[in-house]
Amino acid sequence: MHEVDMTKCLLLSMQDWRQRHGPVSPSVKVVHLQVGDFTCVEPAQLVSTWDVAIRGSWLEGARLSIESIPLVGRCVRCSATYRPSADSAYRSPCCDHPMEEVVTGRELRIRSVDYTLASSVPAEKPTPVPS
Amino acid sequence: MHMPLEDTLGLNLLAANQHQAEHNRQHFDAWELLCLNVMSSPGAGKTSLLERSLAQLRSEFAMAVLEGDMTTQLDAERLEAIGIPVVPITTGRACHLDAAMVSGGVKLLRQRLDPADLDILWVENVGNLVCPAEFEVGEHRKVALLSVTEGDDKPLKYPVMFREADCVLITKVDLLPHLPVQVERIEDHIRQVNPHCAVIQVSATTGEGLEAWHGWLRQQLAMPMGQQAPALVLA
Ligand SMILES: [Zn+2]
Repeated sequence: MHEVDMTKCLLLSMQDWRQRHGPVSPSVKVVHLQVGDFTCVEPAQLVSTWDVAIRGSWLEGARLSIESIPLVGRCVRCSATYRPSADSAYRSPCCDHPMEEVVTGRELRIRSVDYTLASSVPAEKPTPVPS
Repeated sequence: MHMPLEDTLGLNLLAANQHQAEHNRQHFDAWELLCLNVMSSPGAGKTSLLERSLAQLRSEFAMAVLEGDMTTQLDAERLEAIGIPVVPITTGRACHLDAAMVSGGVKLLRQRLDPADLDILWVENVGNLVCPAEFEVGEHRKVALLSVTEGDDKPLKYPVMFREADCVLITKVDLLPHLPVQVERIEDHIRQVNPHCAVIQVSATTGEGLEAWHGWLRQQLAMPMGQQAPALVLA
């Protein structure tokens, strides 16, 4: 269950990002990730560990949106790009060459964050009615 | 007003671990030692191979082991008896080591010795072919072990690990005559996902291939630690 550890790392990075906003805490709607197909991460598992991890935290209610990035290789013999797959032992279909250059597919990236900033003036406390 | 905003971060998901790993590596570089991250599935024979290699290399290099695999523990007593300190790393229930755990192990090690006196720091990772590949610990080189008993399709099933390795040891080759598996196919599958890594066939039982494997280690020690591992060309 390494997605739990990945989520911990992700929360630490989000915490850093929040601190950069100073005293006004951003209300996060969506965290956009890019996850390559050639990584050890299962997007569905990452989403479920995220949903558990943010409960009761400042990120509660934030959605994790994951864009899967396909594995794309470039054949070093003829420069053609191709989609390596286990079925063909990751070889290039054009020249039957081993997977040497990986163009995309290794991404584990926090691309962006959608959020709103609450009004910088703190809401006035209702005056208690003297009884 | 609640204006929707978007911040572009472009941060690595594992940035927190990478920072710690970089910090570890700076220490290792300052101590001028070679840190190896040794990874494999649980049954690959990592323990017996390391025990045999360490016993042979101890007269040549000063070494210590950070032991992260509690299921196949090295014989710490025996290694200690031949002068190789073994420090267990507390992993909790994690299926891999991360940079903070290794940093904790290094702190314990420093209570016993000055790491600047070491040539090689071995980090024995948790037996798992999936995620240790994604969590750097500050190592200079990744060594992956694959036993001939695991079949020839492992490199294609767990390609990330074999892609990231600088050196792949095919272990237990003494069993080949008894198995319906061709070592050439294993090697070929490793090469498909990682054309340039060193691939060495070894047996901890017969000692076959150990000289080539130790030769690879000496090559790594002979070059500045920050440099990329070159492919080993075996005749
Ligand atoms: Zn081609």
